[in-house]
Order: sequence, then C-alpha cells, then structure tokens
Amino acid sequence: MPRNDEEVPSSGRETMVTATASEPLLAIDDLHVRFSTRSGTVEAVRGVSLSVAAGETLGIVGESGSGKSVTAFAITRLLDAAGRISQGSIRFKGQDISKASSKQLRSLHGAAISMIFQNPRGALNPIRSVGRQIADAIMAHEPISASEGRARALDLLKAVLIRDPEKRLDAYPHELSGGMCQRVMIAMAIACEPALLIADEPTTGLDVTTQKTVMDLVARITAERGMAMILITHDLGLASRYCQRAVVMERGQVVEQAAPATLFSAPQHPYTKRLVAASPTATSTIADLAPEGASAVPAVELFRPKPAPGTPLLLEVQKLVKRYDGGVTAVDDVSFSIAAGESLGLVGESGSGKSTISRMICRLIDPSEGEILFDGRAIGSLPARDFHRSEFRRDIQIVFQDPTDSLNPRFNAFDCIAHPLRRLLGMKNGSALTGRVSECAERAGLPSELLERLPHQLSGGQKARVGIARAIACRPRLLVLDEPTAALDVSVQAVILQLLDRLRREDGLALLFVSHDLNVVRMMCERTVVLQNGRVVEQGESRTLFSAPATAYARELLDAVLHLGGPTARMPEPA
Amino acid sequence: MTSATLRHTVWILRGNPVTAFAAAGAFALCVLAVIGPWIVPYDPVASDVPNALLPPSAKYWAGTDQLGRDVFSRLIVAAGLDLAIAASAVTLSFVIGAVIGALCGYAGGRLDRYVGRFVDVLMAFPLFVLAMAMVAALGNRVENIVIATAIINLPFYIRFARAEVNVRRNAGWVEAARACGDSHVSVVLRFLLPNVLPAMAVQVSLNLGWAILNAAGLSFIGLGVSAPTPEWGIMVAEGARFISTGKWWLVAFPGLALMLTVLCFNLLGDGLRDILDPRMRT
Repeated sequence: MPRNDEEVPSSGRETMVTATASEPLLAIDDLHVRFSTRSGTVEAVRGVSLSVAAGETLGIVGESGSGKSVTAFAITRLLDAAGRISQGSIRFKGQDISKASSKQLRSLHGAAISMIFQNPRGALNPIRSVGRQIADAIMAHEPISASEGRARALDLLKAVLIRDPEKRLDAYPHELSGGMCQRVMIAMAIACEPALLIADEPTTGLDVTTQKTVMDLVARITAERGMAMILITHDLGLASRYCQRAVVMERGQVVEQAAPATLFSAPQHPYTKRLVAASPTATSTIADLAPEGASAVPAVELFRPKPAPGTPLLLEVQKLVKRYDGGVTAVDDVSFSIAAGESLGLVGESGSGKSTISRMICRLIDPSEGEILFDGRAIGSLPARDFHRSEFRRDIQIVFQDPTDSLNPRFNAFDCIAHPLRRLLGMKNGSALTGRVSECAERAGLPSELLERLPHQLSGGQKARVGIARAIACRPRLLVLDEPTAALDVSVQAVILQLLDRLRREDGLALLFVSHDLNVVRMMCERTVVLQNGRVVEQGESRTLFSAPATAYARELLDAVLHLGGPTARMPEPA
Repeated sequence: MTSATLRHTVWILRGNPVTAFAAAGAFALCVLAVIGPWIVPYDPVASDVPNALLPPSAKYWAGTDQLGRDVFSRLIVAAGLDLAIAASAVTLSFVIGAVIGALCGYAGGRLDRYVGRFVDVLMAFPLFVLAMAMVAALGNRVENIVIATAIINLPFYIRFARAEVNVRRNAGWVEAARACGDSHVSVVLRFLLPNVLPAMAVQVSLNLGWAILNAAGLSFIGLGVSAPTPEWGIMVAEGARFISTGKWWLVAFPGLALMLTVLCFNLLGDGLRDILDPRMRT
C-alpha cells in the first residue's frame, strides 16, 4: 500500500470556507426520525439541528444508538422501510430534500451527495470488477461511453493512490484488501465530484496503519476538491484529528458542538465529559477511565504472590508454529511466557496471527510445531479434540471478541454462565449452581434480573459481561481475552476494562490480552508482544516498549494511533 | 418461558393470517386423523351395492363409490393413514438426515466428501422411480412405503443440515462451548442442532406435504397400500376408471383433500420458522 504524503495541502481552503459561510451547504433543522417497531414507535433522532458549510469537515460523534448513522441516512434518504422523517427539514443548497421525490433523490445521490460505508467489502458488488463499478457510478449521472468510463475509473483509482491502478481496474473486490476496497469506495464516492461526502465509520474494521492512510487520503481529496464532509465516528481521536467542527450526539440529540480542540479538551456537557474520560489516551490509566462519581478502582499494588523458587511459569509458549493447508504459515516460531498473575499483551494487525495463537493456547486448535507448557506440563501435544477432558480445561478460559457471536442464541444468560459449571465442574441444577451463577454475574456487573434473558434481548455491554462471567465461572488461572472490547462503545469499554482489571487483582488471574488497540494494551498489560505476519518483532515491558519502541514496525504502529488532542490533519481552527 | 412462547406464537399468527389459516388447517387434519374412525357417518369399508355410484347429496356428502361405500367417510379415515405414513417417513429422514448432515458440516474433510458424493448419487435418480423400485424390492407393505419415502427425502435433510451447520461451525459460541468443556460430538448435538432446527422445521413442513403426495402416488400405481383400505391415492386410482362416465366425485374429493393438505403444510412452513426462532422474540 503506497504511503501518501502526510501534509495536507491547505492553500485556498480558508477563503473557500469564509466565502460560503453565509449560506451553509447543508442545513438540518429540528430533524425527527421515527421507526415503527413491534413495541411501538421509537424516535431515533429527536430534534437534531446542524449545518455544514461548503468545504467544511463536520464530525458527528456518538456511541451506538446515539442516532448518528440514522441522521446520515436521513440526509441521503436511505432509511429503511420502518423509518421516516416525521418532522423538521434538511436543506441542501437551500432546497428542502426531506420531501424530495425518489427521482429527484436519484440525481442527488452520487452527483451531489455521496456516502462511504463502514464495511467496504460488503458495499461493493462481489461479481463486478471494481473498474466497472466505478464507471457505473459515473454513468448513472453522465452520458459517457464505456471506454470513457474506464478511463475515468482509472484516473480515480490513481487519485485514491491504489498501487498498479491499471491492474486493479479488472480486479474483483475479493482480490483486494480491506483498505484497498475502502479506497475503491472512496473513488466511487468522489467520481461525480459531489459537494458533500458522508463517511459513516469509514475506517472501523481496518487496521490502525491502514486507518491512518485511508483517512489521510480522504482528508486530502476533500481538501483538494473543496468537498464538504460529514465524518460519522465513535472514535474521538479520529474526529479530533480530521474534523474542523464536531457535534456530539446522545440518544438522538445533539448535546454539544464546537471545534474538536475545545470540545475534547474542555467538554461542557456531562455526556461529552464522560465520553472524553472513557477514551484511552497515550497517558491514561485504567483508573482514569472511571465515570465521574463512580467508585474508582483502588490504586492498590498488584497482588501477586512471589513464586517459590523453582516454580514453573504459568504458561510457556515455545517455538509455536501453525501452518494451514495450502502452505499458509499463520504463526511462525513464536515464543513467550506468562507468570502467574501477570498480564501480557499480544498486539498486531489483522493477519498477524494473534487470534491463531490465542486459540492454540486455549487448545481449541492444534499447533503444527512447538510446545505449550502450562504449569510446567506440556499441553500442546494433547490433541485439541480431547482437551475438554484435560484437568487444565478449567484453568484456561477465553473471552471472545464479539459478545453477540460468542453466546448461543438459544441459551439465556443463566444457561450461558452455568454451562462451564455444569460441564467442567459437574454441578447439577440446584441452589449451589444458582448461587455460583449469580455470584459470577454479580462480579461481572450483570444485574441478576437479566439472567433470564436471551442474548438478543441484551445490550452489547451486557453480553460482554455474560461472556466474562462465563469465563471466570470455573475460576481459571489464565484468561485469554481476544479483543474483548473491540465491538463495544468506549464508555462500555472503559467499564469492561476496569472490571477485567479488578477481577485480575482479586483472583490473581493471569491475562493474555489480545488486541489491536495499543492504548488499551498499554493500560492493561505489564508486558507486550508485538506480532507481524505471524512472527514476534518485539517484546518487552509495556512501559519501555510504548515509550521507546526498538523496531521500526512497533514505532509505525504507535504512530498510527490517534490521540485526543493530538495534531489535527487540517488547519486547527477555521476562521 | 412456555407462556412467553405461547404469546409469541399468537403474535406471529395474528400478524400473518395465511400462517394462521394453514396452522388451523393442519391442526384440523391431525385431529381428524386421530378421531376420524369414530366420527364418520358410515363404515368406510362396508360395501352397499344398491347405493353404488350416487352423486353427492345430503345423505352422502361426497357421494358413494362403485361398491356403495361413502366417499366422505373414506376420505376422513384415509387422512389418518396418509398422515401417519408421511409423518413417520419425514421423522425418520429428518432425524437421520439432520444428524448425518450436521456431523458432515461440522467435521468437513473426508467424511463430508464421501457422504456428499453418496447424496449426489442418490439425487441423480428420479426419486419417485427410486421409491417404486425400493417398495417393489422390499415388498408391498406400508412399512416399506415409509422406508422408501424416508430414503428419497434423506438427501435434502443431509444437505440442508450440512449447509446450516457449516456456516455456524466457526461461530464464537461454538468455540466457547469447546472452551467450556464440550467435546466435538456434544457441540454438534447440543449446540449446533438446536440452532438449525428452526430452519429445518420449514423443510419438515414442506416435506410433509410432499411425502403425502409421494405415498398417495405410490398407492395410485398399486404399490404399498392395497385396495379395500381407504387411502387417497387408491381412491383417486379407483375413481379414475369412472371419470369418463361423469362420476367426477370419486376423484375430485380425494384430489381436493390431497391438494388442501399439501397446501396447508407448505403455507405453514414459513410461519413455523418465525415461531421457532428465539431471535424473533422481543
């Protein structure tokens, strides 16, 4: 992937912003969006007013359910059938588009307003080459020939800095990486030179280094072409780096708006304060994430009994290799160890083999070579097929990335938590089991009245708690956390991280924390292992590794992390 | 929990009158099948030659056949036999097919390839001809109709269960179950199968109608159930001889019964999926 220039050309932008400041490009006034559902009408957006000037980048920040995406879909009128704009107006270049006919909308889509979506691979047609898809986008609005469309598509691919654009024209989406698919989406979105680009979580699901190059590209293109952009994101770091103005939404309402520098350094509204506090920064500690007023984690030193001399390490991974059929080596000669009660971070981008390693350690898959020692005993050679009978099964437990995906849709929360107790400890239904389940639920912060609920009746944070309660039910000694907060909102993530940290202190639990989020790993782990393409590139004390990485790759990873209050890609303060 | 299920079922049926109609029809059929022999106005097998071939009237609602037997009584009693054959054949292929398919879908590899090819071979035959051949070879008895119908339906269940399990085998909750101490077999039987049941219920319901047609078809050509027994296929076969002389009721009523039954089970399918899927509950 070519690295584009860091510097964003800013000449001429200032004049443009001021020239059109009197008439905003987009003005939303008192917008209400209602969804009719089985349990009645839900108002997802409740009186949102905001405006975007020509050439301006506006960030809409909020957590899931805040109505930020619904607002964007209302602008493009892509709401699904159950939703409708019940009140308010959306004026684009002075014309109310909230009641425009579908014919008027068609000429607007792409040509005047276009969108970039969260999942680029899903948004592209899998059976049409990307060159044709880009040409299609142009031909929907301009009467041009196929060969002209192809030429224009090639120019666009060059504009989004895809390597070998001539070759990529005929590529299909599955032949491209996630970052490249997003570049193609951007090419399609800018194909007709729209005045407004709406980017809905454009980099969620991309690696940090890819995220940076993609966002730098978007910022550069919008600046060069004088496009306005609405950047919808849950990531305050992203908003603070790429937006000139940001609005914070909570439960369908705008609670605060200002320039990101002031918004995130001196938040006024309690919700913004909470959000800012919950976002991990380069220096924050677990205790900093505490919501105001809640009892913070006591700043006790870590409880760790000094191991008697000669006691083996809790987990030792020696020269671990995993090869898949077809010659792909996912994990290549990886060695590290974890002492009892220690927490170790495993970081790397997608494809670095971190999930494969965590599953080998959990003995869910077999390593091709190498040894895994638990408590000094070799468990790597015991086939994963039979590991459920091993005495160590209860000692190694795992919390999965996606809380929704990790719960059996037909089990209620109680059965999910009781499952390991029934299977591994042989507990029968009765007061002992009920007692233990409610104890675990309580320790994981799950209210007992939710135990009867099925997974789809729980929120993301509640599902994560069920997953954690299940993992700690058998009092394991090693807990593997596979991106445990990747699918959660920052405020929920903050609470879950604190919970994990507390459980670890209380139980003397050793943690293997697998994550791509370096800020989180720095807070949670004493030592960190950095992986790239299945190999360990660097490992050491988190403190030293994060302040002075020894390898170029670790430095690149760290540089790509967006921080609140970090440098802004564009001019910091528009006039 | 059970009252919640009931409330959910009522909610689904209320929002979907077609499903409600189909469910009512299927329920009525099952009730008739059980109590039929005790409520019919005439003995379905007793011949009454003086009253042969009477058209439908207030006395004989669906007329009488060539031996003077009441067509309506025979229709009702036949429902029991046809439903029993179809239900046991479908149950047999559902249970065997779901387990084999789920194991293949989960394990993949060589087992999956071998079973897959066997299924392909089975499906390459014209299924009705295959069923005929099996009944002819095994002997002309009701049990053999059940076995033949079950075997020709088996490939669909194997394929279906395999596909449904295959997309779920890498789900987080499957790995979670393994981490909680479940063996592969227990994951398949206790986790994956219950999760694919709602989708398979649709298949079962569609298949029931189809199996009834199949049983009727076999007896229509003289295999399986033999003459005096009331059965829709035989009734159509016997009535067909009189259709040229205008005795339409002999084929029309059993044909109608078959059509309505198949229609009910087909329509029920979609509604059933909504009822059984826990995610549809709020």
